[in-house]
Amino acid sequence: MSGRNFAAIIFFAIVAVFLAFGALMMHPFGEFDEENYPEMDQYIIDNTQNETGADNGVTSVVFDYRGFDTLGEATVLFTAVAGVVLLFRRLKK
Amino acid sequence: MIGMSKIVRTITSAVFPFVMIYGLYVIAHGHLTPGGGFQGGAVVASSLAMILVAYGSVWVVGRIKEKHLSILESLGAIGFIGLGFLGIILVLFYSSYEGSFFKNFLIGQNTIPIFNEIGKGLSNINTAGVLPLMNFAVGLKVIAGLFVIVLVMAYATRVKEGK
Amino acid sequence: MIYNVPYIAVVALVLIGLYAIVFKRNLIKIVIGILLIENGVNLFLITLAFRQDSTAPIYHGTGSRLMSLPVPHALTLTSIVIGVAVLALMLSLVIHIFRHYGTLDARKIGREEE
Repeated sequence: MSGRNFAAIIFFAIVAVFLAFGALMMHPFGEFDEENYPEMDQYIIDNTQNETGADNGVTSVVFDYRGFDTLGEATVLFTAVAGVVLLFRRLKK
Repeated sequence: MIGMSKIVRTITSAVFPFVMIYGLYVIAHGHLTPGGGFQGGAVVASSLAMILVAYGSVWVVGRIKEKHLSILESLGAIGFIGLGFLGIILVLFYSSYEGSFFKNFLIGQNTIPIFNEIGKGLSNINTAGVLPLMNFAVGLKVIAGLFVIVLVMAYATRVKEGK
Repeated sequence: MIYNVPYIAVVALVLIGLYAIVFKRNLIKIVIGILLIENGVNLFLITLAFRQDSTAPIYHGTGSRLMSLPVPHALTLTSIVIGVAVLALMLSLVIHIFRHYGTLDARKIGREEE
């Protein structure tokens, strides 16, 4: 086998071993004990109706508590549309 | 892209208004039920893509100019950023107002009687301040953006007749 | 160990996508591999938001139950939209490459000096 195939197999084996060890040593699915208790999310769940007035917790996080991330995502969507229209401007005959 | 047969065109014209109304319902009730701007915008854009597949891209491009779609998308983006800046601009008018970027300024006040209640879980649509207006702006942006992508890629790679 | 099945599914998705990127030659198959990795990362984000015996983080009526965490749901929404934008740009570039070179083999394009 050539040099490129050999290096590719070594790289793939190293990444697979790391990911398999990481998956087996995570904390059990759905249990939160004393050392990783979610304080920020508990505050958001308790005070959504008083401060925001919405019933939907996910919408209040997307638009009110973390509205800056939504601004960045709107910019990415606008840039992608502009790029696609620019690339196909000469093939429109 | 060539259109499809007469049966497909008839059924698509009959189903298209219902899918569009369902998508607009998901956008409008984004602060009460699961959904919001991005999810409802994807539903409406997929209904427009169904029209594009059934009728052919040459027929659709003859009806809709691309300039109008890009104006719609820019209106959605300007509306979203403008609602974020209004939290700061209100400090210039009322000097005792504590404002910041993206502040919810329509809640708990009595001068503008729209969207200013605090909900108690009984699905009142008059609640949640700035959030429904932001949902409409982002929904408009997603509808126009996804439809322009599909339309431009389908029109530029069509197979020419003859040759 | 039976309770770690979602994490094993995430690792399987990422490894299959990585295999498609490294060992395949067709450009469309490489694009599909990138899409598989991105979907695996979205599944991992949603898996971290679950509590035992909890429900969706939406209020209806009075009284409240144990709810899931809402912040990873919001991050996953942003990630899905960014994935759509990247996919649109990748497919436009693949169409242009096919028109210019006439082939879709990843080892035959871009070599001008030989």
